[in-house]
Amino acid sequence: MAAVATCGTGAGSTGSVVATTSENNVTSFQRKGPRASGTDSGCSRLVSIAGTRPSVRNGQLLVSTGLPALDQLLGGGLAVGTVLLIEEDKYNIYSSLLFKYFLAEGIINGHTLLVASAKEDPADILQELPAPLLDDNYKKDLDEDICNHQTPDSNIKMKIAWRYQLLPKMEQSGPVSSSRFGHYYDASKRMPRELIETSKWHGFFFPEKLSSTLNKEPCSLTHGYRRLLQFIQKVIYEEGFDGSNPQKKQKNILRIGIQNLGSPLWGDDICCTENCDNSHSLTKFLYVLRGLLRTSLSACIITMPTHLIQNKAIIARVTNLSDTVVGLESFIGSERETNPLYKDYHGLIHIRQIPRLNNLIYDVSDVKDLAFKLKRKLFTIEWVQDNYLRQERNIYPPGFSYLLKQKDSAWGEGSLQHSTFLMSFLAKATAFASRLVRHSEPLKQTGSGRILQAAGPRLWHDGRRQAAPGLLAVPP
Amino acid sequence: MFPELNNLLNITPDRAEQGKLTLLCDAKTDGSFLVHHFLSFYLKANCKVCFVALIQSFSHYNIVGQKLGVSLTAARECGQLVFLEGLKSSVDVFFRAQAEPHPLQFLREADAGNLQPLYEFVREALKPVDDGQAAWRCPVLLVDDLSVLLSLGLGAVAVLDFIHYCRVAVCWERKGNIVALAHDSGDGEDKENDILLNGLSHQSHLILRAEGLATGFCRDVHGQLRILWRTPSQPTAQRDGSLTYQYKIQDKSVSFFAKGMSPAVL
Repeated sequence: MAAVATCGTGAGSTGSVVATTSENNVTSFQRKGPRASGTDSGCSRLVSIAGTRPSVRNGQLLVSTGLPALDQLLGGGLAVGTVLLIEEDKYNIYSSLLFKYFLAEGIINGHTLLVASAKEDPADILQELPAPLLDDNYKKDLDEDICNHQTPDSNIKMKIAWRYQLLPKMEQSGPVSSSRFGHYYDASKRMPRELIETSKWHGFFFPEKLSSTLNKEPCSLTHGYRRLLQFIQKVIYEEGFDGSNPQKKQKNILRIGIQNLGSPLWGDDICCTENCDNSHSLTKFLYVLRGLLRTSLSACIITMPTHLIQNKAIIARVTNLSDTVVGLESFIGSERETNPLYKDYHGLIHIRQIPRLNNLIYDVSDVKDLAFKLKRKLFTIEWVQDNYLRQERNIYPPGFSYLLKQKDSAWGEGSLQHSTFLMSFLAKATAFASRLVRHSEPLKQTGSGRILQAAGPRLWHDGRRQAAPGLLAVPP
Repeated sequence: MFPELNNLLNITPDRAEQGKLTLLCDAKTDGSFLVHHFLSFYLKANCKVCFVALIQSFSHYNIVGQKLGVSLTAARECGQLVFLEGLKSSVDVFFRAQAEPHPLQFLREADAGNLQPLYEFVREALKPVDDGQAAWRCPVLLVDDLSVLLSLGLGAVAVLDFIHYCRVAVCWERKGNIVALAHDSGDGEDKENDILLNGLSHQSHLILRAEGLATGFCRDVHGQLRILWRTPSQPTAQRDGSLTYQYKIQDKSVSFFAKGMSPAVL
């Protein structure tokens, strides 16, 4: 380890350079890799693992979450060795979709999966994974959406290459080993069975494990969490993801997915009462899980029904113990469903926390107001502000005075840009409105014509202040 | 260490104070940059440091430390740094029964335990070594962070007891310093955390509070730092000094400026 330290200072200045495979640059590219293996960690050459890429900021190894839009918001992807916590939306529709995207991405990349659930059998969860959109299919579907009327042309094109029409479509029987990072999935189709069967996965279905007897010493973890931790630790050790098993040399990522953690089906009562007996059970579980992840090549997604947790202090503690936290808020059943502001979207997505790993700073997007929609096939995340501005013009007619509340905005998080935008566009609205002020000659349009000439000094054109409609009273 | 923060606190590595408890507190933002500052500061000041790192792994602190000019691996090898990696040790403690009491023994206990094994570990780590080697300056205990101990099943009183024992052993007996980080939930929802924070605030000589801006997220100003100097032994003798600055965290340093004087605005 001493050799690593001395060349670390030299390579440290280059910081986040993507490492070459030379042994000298290992320390500037610190994978959260197996540190437990003392034998070859000093000169571990960086074998690239399928489906991962280094972060441009700090050389951290990243995996895709299954949604390229979410990858971008999280700074490139999910770091290996960290936990992604999804705060479920009210009816668990979109969070389970994100959960499935994560697992589907694992199958496409050939990663090993570990699926844990107390509600559904993991085998059933895997059957319902969305199908991947391969490159040519994706483009074809996009074209279909845009130009449906051009089918006669495409028939003509087909005539030239009609022989190829007769060949059977190439179904990929093995894992689709594409070199892309992050794939698109079709939520309306299922993943082909062959892909699932060739993948390696472990399932933990809690009702099945209930039957075996409990013979460990008492600990404040609930039974379900303890069994799950032991299962995860067994898989990590036996498959060699932490490098401590001398027989197994594993160079693959383990993707762990835990569904509905904290719900009563796991035997935990934090969603039922405010003063529960084992209030530390969930947080202790998360802490030990994080310890397991940090020392192995794995990434974990957890969906948690935080809207059901009665004790708000536990939510804060859970957030502090997770690395990346994303909250989903769907519009179903809320009054926002009929709000014209949100008519194109299905819900809001809040990036609550992004970790600062190996760094003082982190990649945070400037955009805070994000909404998602599930189109016919794709799940997209967009910045909702453009739409917001367009709609707001109808909601805030000129001629009235407004009190701008800065904190507790519609998205529950006062954002400086949010209010600045509103102010700037209200200023434009007043400028537009004040052109209705009567002048002695009609105003000429100058500039781009988007903002007509503001009233400005012309307000005092003939020595008497003209009325600015509504905003200020006419001085007597 | 951040030179600007040293200027604000009026300390230099050559002239570090002794026998002080510094409380780092963060509310609605991440105050871990303060931990990195104090870690590199005391390593540069040639003090013996015992770092109880419960939140992140060793490599994380090492990489950030390299950006700030200290090498944790070198310090650990020559004995200047004693590093307790909470995440890795918790896996060992939880899955395998240990022969002798482990510092994180409370993870195996069913009901609220106490932190006595951890205190013994700290005392052992900061014991003065008298075999003629290079003597370090005052011993320093650094804890990141204390609020996670509440999440692991301990009560606020147990954590306060631990800090009290450490203060006696480190600050009073050996004339060393303690720096501890605690989170502030702010809403008053987490009563145990509030008890812990109040208890610590009354015992500490210096409180550094990193807060998020009240108006929300801003790209150029990441937060606000409040510095409060206290004299716990004489509570009414003199007025406590307090200063407020805003800061922006960059890749290798943190820049501080007076409120409203961000370079982006001027």
